[in-house]
Amino acid sequence: MVEFRMPSLGSDMEAGTLVEWLVKPGDLVKRGDIVAVIETQKGAIEIETFQPGQIEQILVNPHSKVPVGTPLALIRAEREAKPGAPGAAPPPTAPTPPAAPVPPSPARAPVAPPSPRVLGAAVRARVSPAARRLAEERGIDLSMVTGSGPAGAITYADVERRLGEAVAPPERKRPLWLDLDAMRTAIAAAMERSKREIPHYYLEHQVDVTACEQWLTQKNAMLPPDNRVLIGALAIKAAALAARRFPAFNGFYRDNKFEPAQAVHIGVAIAIRGGGLAAPALHDADQLSLDELMSQMRDLVQRTRAGRIRSSEISDPTLTVSSLGTRGVEALYGIIYPPQVAIIGFGKTVARPWVIDGAIGPRSVITVTLSADHRVSDGHAGALFLAEIGKLLQEPSKL
Amino acid sequence: MSDIDIRKVLQEELNNIAPEVDMASVDPAADLREVIDIDSMDFLNFISAVHHRLGIDIPEIDYPKLVTLDGAIAYIGAKLGSSTT
Repeated sequence: MVEFRMPSLGSDMEAGTLVEWLVKPGDLVKRGDIVAVIETQKGAIEIETFQPGQIEQILVNPHSKVPVGTPLALIRAEREAKPGAPGAAPPPTAPTPPAAPVPPSPARAPVAPPSPRVLGAAVRARVSPAARRLAEERGIDLSMVTGSGPAGAITYADVERRLGEAVAPPERKRPLWLDLDAMRTAIAAAMERSKREIPHYYLEHQVDVTACEQWLTQKNAMLPPDNRVLIGALAIKAAALAARRFPAFNGFYRDNKFEPAQAVHIGVAIAIRGGGLAAPALHDADQLSLDELMSQMRDLVQRTRAGRIRSSEISDPTLTVSSLGTRGVEALYGIIYPPQVAIIGFGKTVARPWVIDGAIGPRSVITVTLSADHRVSDGHAGALFLAEIGKLLQEPSKL
Repeated sequence: MSDIDIRKVLQEELNNIAPEVDMASVDPAADLREVIDIDSMDFLNFISAVHHRLGIDIPEIDYPKLVTLDGAIAYIGAKLGSSTT
């Protein structure tokens, strides 16, 4: 039996609140399946299991806040699952004493249920003549008005109230599990640590991306919108391929030493409306075809903005890419997300006079920047890494 | 489909991307990317949504015609008109 535990999603995380179980006892799970949703300072995270098997028992109920490491469920392992195999859940250590449950956080304010309506079609509501007149004058649908008069009759005041609601700014809709204040706290903690601990150096390189634009225009012309590729996908692919050739920019700095990563999981910086930022992993970005990469990036952006990031996406990024797309400014200098050792910034595409074969012509140019950790690499290697990204972008069909 | 109906569809789809924006207050002649702060991914999702909902093809080369609400309404109105005749 293997214990499925509250994961640690960053050194600053001490506890998490179990929000929802997506499995029940008896369910079969395979590696990578999402089994639960927990809420942390980083927002709601979908937790995957690395242990295939059958859910034996649920140990922690929804809305309980428990410390990191607390067993959440028991999974009966498949016979063939070898303990200690790569990716297997860490073997249970000393039996954990039953966790003293942290008092549950106050229940999230439920989304207000729709106010009871008097349904015009089903039940003909009684409406005072004055109320009906006002409603007609102002174009108010009486079926949307809650009556407060005798037997639910709609009064003049009810219509007036509805009028007020109609002109009031719509209630801010917030994706279900995104807490921007908590996210800001998490960003602050990570960035403070980065600026305190990581000696950054910065490089920039202007890259002619005209070839990328022309290639994309041709490719996208034949595709429906769902399958079109953005230049940001090319940028990520080029960065991932370059990272494979320059391992000093891909990995983690922990316990006073650099651990290069075997895989290239690009953290994609995603802005959240209302002021938030997350950089979840696009797994094995160097191995994906551009079409796969684009479709996974679209999915990742959508889920992140809806507050549905997976645990592996939080913990896995080995190198971050931040891209301004078509708007904003020409260059951004990122702050490294610890324990990573580099971040690449792509500014917006601008038209610039450029010298090509001794003549000046208009070209589309992106300023690419690198912020890297001087404990791990030097500017010389950084320059070669950045130049490699520029070279890769000259031949988009090979990305 | 009238311009009013098209406007309603576009406003709904934009609100799916930018739920906090009061679309009624958005200047119909202003660049949507600026006034409601949408990035290239949001814009692509908007184009995808309109494509699915109204069944019209919007090639990438026409994107500049759709960056304002008025422009998008005119473009879609013309597309819908030409497809039914």
